[in-house]
Amino acid sequence: MSAASALPETGYNFAYLDEGTKRMIRRAILKAVAVPGYQVPFAAREMPMPYGWGTGGVQVTAAILGASDVLKVIDQGADDTTNAVSIRRFFGRTAGVATTTRTCEASVIQTRHRIPETPLTEDQILVYQVPIPEPLRFLEPRETETRQLHALGEYGLMHVKLYEDIARHGHIATTYAYPVEVAGRYVMDPSPTPKFDNPKMDDCPALQLFGAGREKRIYAVPPYTRVRSLDFEDHPFRVQSFDRPCALCGAADVYLDEVVLDDAGGRMFVCSDTDHCEARRAAGHAGEQAA
Amino acid sequence: MYVAVKGGEAAIDNAHRLLAERRRGDPAVPELTVAQIREQMSLLVDRVMAEGSLYDPDLAALALKQARGDVVEAVFLVRAYRTTLPRFGASVPVETGAMAVDRRVSATFKDMPGGQVLGPTFDYTHRLIDFALAAAGEPEPAAEAEPGPDAALCPRVTDILGQAGLLEASPPEAGAPVGDLTREAVDFPADRAVRLQALARGDEGFVLALGYSTQRGYGRTHPFVGEIRCGTVAVEFVPEELGFSVPLGDVPLTECQMVNQFHGSGDVPPQFTRGYGLVFGQGERKAMAMALVDRSLRASELGEAVGAPAQDQEFVLAHCDSLQATGFVEHLKLPHYVDFQAELELVRRLRAEHAAARAQGDAPIREAAE
Amino acid sequence: MALRPGFADPVHDAQAVFRAALDALSRPARVRPLPTALAPPAPLSPELAALALALADADTPLWLDPPLAGSDDVAAFLRFHTGAPLTADPAEAAFALIADPARCPDFAAFARGAPDYPDRSATLILALRHLDDAAGPAFAGPGIRGRARIDAGPVPADWAGRLAENAAAFPLGIDLILTAPGRIAGLPRAARLLQPAEA
Repeated sequence: MSAASALPETGYNFAYLDEGTKRMIRRAILKAVAVPGYQVPFAAREMPMPYGWGTGGVQVTAAILGASDVLKVIDQGADDTTNAVSIRRFFGRTAGVATTTRTCEASVIQTRHRIPETPLTEDQILVYQVPIPEPLRFLEPRETETRQLHALGEYGLMHVKLYEDIARHGHIATTYAYPVEVAGRYVMDPSPTPKFDNPKMDDCPALQLFGAGREKRIYAVPPYTRVRSLDFEDHPFRVQSFDRPCALCGAADVYLDEVVLDDAGGRMFVCSDTDHCEARRAAGHAGEQAA
Repeated sequence: MYVAVKGGEAAIDNAHRLLAERRRGDPAVPELTVAQIREQMSLLVDRVMAEGSLYDPDLAALALKQARGDVVEAVFLVRAYRTTLPRFGASVPVETGAMAVDRRVSATFKDMPGGQVLGPTFDYTHRLIDFALAAAGEPEPAAEAEPGPDAALCPRVTDILGQAGLLEASPPEAGAPVGDLTREAVDFPADRAVRLQALARGDEGFVLALGYSTQRGYGRTHPFVGEIRCGTVAVEFVPEELGFSVPLGDVPLTECQMVNQFHGSGDVPPQFTRGYGLVFGQGERKAMAMALVDRSLRASELGEAVGAPAQDQEFVLAHCDSLQATGFVEHLKLPHYVDFQAELELVRRLRAEHAAARAQGDAPIREAAE
Repeated sequence: MALRPGFADPVHDAQAVFRAALDALSRPARVRPLPTALAPPAPLSPELAALALALADADTPLWLDPPLAGSDDVAAFLRFHTGAPLTADPAEAAFALIADPARCPDFAAFARGAPDYPDRSATLILALRHLDDAAGPAFAGPGIRGRARIDAGPVPADWAGRLAENAAAFPLGIDLILTAPGRIAGLPRAARLLQPAEA
């Protein structure tokens, strides 16, 4: 963990946003928690990083963060990807909070595209960056229409789409941003995490918050909430599996990145979650390519 | 032995240093000052203020310098600054009828009270590169202009048409509370004030192309430029504790009022309808395009069929903002390898099944890419 | 009377109160501490004051129950520190502050949202005398592992019926933040009161 910096960036409020904006976002978060899976409209602000870089997640994080929080930021499961570094630095500078790369040390984890492999606890909040919060958007482009479909709980379109996949490919061909039903009511986009991570959302002890800046929506999954991946009786939901373990730490039940080693077809597979991989190696686990 | 990629922190620092170096360019060439940009790139400054929704020429000029002249990036800097400013309230609506006019033209009348005032326009220049500008030198002074037309003698053309009943009255929501899409998420259908705000902040190129599309039959409105006027207007504000308005200063604006055909309905006799555009500074192209799109977005209000992109407010409002557009397009360069891995796995599995089916001599299954 | 002060540290005090409220609504029927140093004019409790200062502003009309609405000092305190408009119409309120929970108006008096915008609903903040999660009626739903109990008082006689009706209207409904001296708990609309047979 790196200690809180002594003096946050001057000229801006704690965690960048002004208090009025934070109140507005906080109220939206409370309603999001009260209606799990429903997308609460909020007046997302322009942030000093571009739309698509995680402005929704950054606003949610800025609104919840306190001086005693310990922040972890990951992108693709890794703490060292440039956008994760940039966002972690942003909060280090504007809020002066302590940051960490260790999942178990963090109280707030902002993520793009992954859920950590280390099981989350009741004392943690996971903040997702969301590009397209509307799970029905690619089936129906109009907000006025999709809003009605959610109001009516009418999700037949989504089932038709998934079923067409089965008819065409013999499989459901959605591999990430795989739609889920939350607490038996709202169908929700889990953000573009691989469907491998969907089961981690179900009955999770941690609070899960989702922020979409450009689309101006916030939604939430409270702790210990049923999150069911949509499927069919004869085609049950299945996650990806890898036919080999992580080459560095030997983990077999984790999501792997494929690394191209040369231009002759050489490949290796390593943990996408860098903290998980490092912790396992520190504990003595080794894969076939570990030094 | 493979070592996982590291070094994000150092890479970002180095990239920022390189960016600063490229921004400065050849150090043998004198550095631009903010005042030079403000004074000599004034139309660019105007555009950054218009799309940045903030009137501050010095800040817009500084943003352009910092952004190496990239307009969208400069708009971004201005917006991200604007969002941190305290908001005291809304000004009194500006009175463009009382504008101190620099330029004022109408296409609907050969002449009208106050006359046509060309002002500083490219309209009738020959677009020949002026190599003399490559050498330093002061321009010839303009001939001493006639004194600016008195505002009292320069009524808006739309007011003249309105008096005769030929032009619709200002739409009914005039005077109603005005929304602010920077403070509330847009709720569809959005009212006209919010649509106008979105268009005023919208990307000039996008709004221009949409306006153009209405002229080519995609939501045709038979427009005429009732009037374009550029100049300065006073901004006034009513502080709660005073209860009367106090002047805050003057801002330059460009206003375009389009006059469009309308066939009337059972209740309303045939009359012309309005399309409205207003931007900071001198921004005629933007104001005109905005006025075209404003009118086409009124299609459902006026009982016209909604079919063309420029008539579809969800399409227009969701896509006209350059920051939202550039952010989401450019975010594709962020790493997506986790999702790509999921797709790779699926394609490999489908290919293996396809090959297995072929090997068994099954009838060829349908192509996955179909 | 001189105006009583607001948060000593507006940024961090508001954040701490918000996080307590977030935790309360995320994990219904679980009591957690809500420390505050506020000393608002009676009958406004320090906990109601802290939540109002943390969450309300010019964009959120506040409704005050009769004991609070009857105090000019309370109105002046809330107006000054939050800037929120005070409304006499409970249906307009984003937040309702209730100092006398036994006489809490019928939930139907407050906005419960619309099918397409269930978020446009009121949050009721109650100042109770006691709040305890070791006993009381049991709840299940999102945020609750298995079931959770909460004993709150004093509450209206038809409390259980109101809660059942509120949960049955999901996704419409009002959300409740329960406070007692130094404590807070949440009962969002998704928290379902279990019948004695289920509990």
